[in-house]
Amino acid sequence: MLIAAGSSDVALAFVEIGALVLGLALLSRLAGRFGITAIPLYLLAGLAMGEGGVVQLDVTLEFFEIAAEIGVLLLLFALGLEYSEGELRSGLRSGLSPGVIDMALNATPGVALGLILGWDPLAAVLLGGVTWITSSGVVSKVLSDLGRLGFRETPAVLNLLVIEDLAMAVYLPVVAALIVGGTVEATITSVAIALAAVTVILLGALRYGHRLSNLVAGGSDETFLLTVFGVTLLVAGVAQRLEVSGAIGAFLVGLALSGKAERRANQLISPLRDLFAAMFFLFFSFQIDPADLVAVLVPAIALAIVTVFTKVAAGWYAAGRMGVGPKARLRAGTVLIARGEFSIVIAALGSSLIDGPDLGALAAGYVLITAVVGPLASKFSDRIPIPRRLAGPQRLARGV
Amino acid sequence: MADVRETKLPGVGVRHEFTTEDGANIGVLVHHDGRREILVYDSDDPDVCSSLVSLSAADTRTVSELLGASRVTEAVAAVQQEIEGLAIEWIELTPASPASDATIGDGMYRTKTGSSIVAVIRDGQSIPAPGPEFRLLAGDVIVAVGTTEGLAAMRELVRP
Repeated sequence: MLIAAGSSDVALAFVEIGALVLGLALLSRLAGRFGITAIPLYLLAGLAMGEGGVVQLDVTLEFFEIAAEIGVLLLLFALGLEYSEGELRSGLRSGLSPGVIDMALNATPGVALGLILGWDPLAAVLLGGVTWITSSGVVSKVLSDLGRLGFRETPAVLNLLVIEDLAMAVYLPVVAALIVGGTVEATITSVAIALAAVTVILLGALRYGHRLSNLVAGGSDETFLLTVFGVTLLVAGVAQRLEVSGAIGAFLVGLALSGKAERRANQLISPLRDLFAAMFFLFFSFQIDPADLVAVLVPAIALAIVTVFTKVAAGWYAAGRMGVGPKARLRAGTVLIARGEFSIVIAALGSSLIDGPDLGALAAGYVLITAVVGPLASKFSDRIPIPRRLAGPQRLARGV
Repeated sequence: MADVRETKLPGVGVRHEFTTEDGANIGVLVHHDGRREILVYDSDDPDVCSSLVSLSAADTRTVSELLGASRVTEAVAAVQQEIEGLAIEWIELTPASPASDATIGDGMYRTKTGSSIVAVIRDGQSIPAPGPEFRLLAGDVIVAVGTTEGLAAMRELVRP
């Protein structure tokens, strides 16, 4: 028999895993009630359990460690999957200049703070990534919960997310290669390999995506799920072996899928992703010493305040190009405030650096703040007074 | 037909909107999963809209039947998606039109314009694939398929 009837270890493991996952379910329900994402609550739960926390895990630590790793892979796979080739093309055409402004405004504060704290430049660049990328999960949830998908500023918001996503396709492999490090030549080689792989796969997906997807898209749901899950883990494993970082491998698999395969993968993988990603968030903050978090609380709050404004400015600019009114521009800005899953993934990439623990703690505190403030600011955005100087001349009844 | 504006919403779907003859702005948001939402824009703040109702793919067919659109339209739209460069045009025939009270064969539309009349909508009923002996009447809406130039030529021919 696989499980000895009286094995107390297995019984304890089941109880621990079951209790934890059930706890996550309660948190997710609670978050839903307040209309915010569950990520900050997962992080808080992880903090409460970790080193110096209130609850200790005994036998299931290894299980959670591997589940968390799979969670990262699936999150990045989904990030690569998210947009179709047509959307990427049109996003690039209309969103390039808002995308550049978004990056300049939002990555700079993170990099600057990292350098001010005396971190090594690579850790500072990672913190820049943490503050740069908006949580597309939170944004799409907020937009659909508040019934704003049809609003006129929404295309500007979504296009900005597409651009951030594309930028990640370059940013992530490069920083991942830099983190693996080694000699100068080895680093340059791995950066070059990563960039070449991204370029080939992106171009391939744009040009031959349909044919590629038709190859894997057939079969029953079961076959397809197993194929995609297997390929993702396999490619991630091989990438890790080649010292490119497994997360990037998973991201590239997501990028390569398009068309029908993309839609099916989205449907079938997302429950799996939700499960493993929840464990990843839990495990991420589980490793953070609450004392570290307290130590970085002031910088985290300062960073959150600054980047709330820079993100609103980026959204304000992007929506302004669509010719919408000041209220709509403010709505576009506020909905973009929330940072979430990808900020945590970026911080997790850097966990092996010397400044890794500080980066992790700061990112956790930062996401805790912005993921709560963002949806709330977005909900009440129409009541935020807009300085008259910014509101511009009153528009006459606008013909459309 | 009014100008229909199309906006892509990455990760969500496509939004189509137009201004009604009364000046209201309404739209349809087609989600990637086939769900459709009917949107009505606020008359005071054109950036804001409310979603009237969310329809499944099957509901959408019911509503379009109720509104009098024909199944032909949908079938033709599917053809258009498959063949790039092909366009469809709906042209209503006025009593003064040279095409009224003449058969399709008389008009020699296909020879002259390269476009084909694939359906005729008469009194809300659609008549698919009319033959050359089919007699067009004033008030008919012809559904023609062809290249953009061919359809422009067709419009010239049937409109006085």
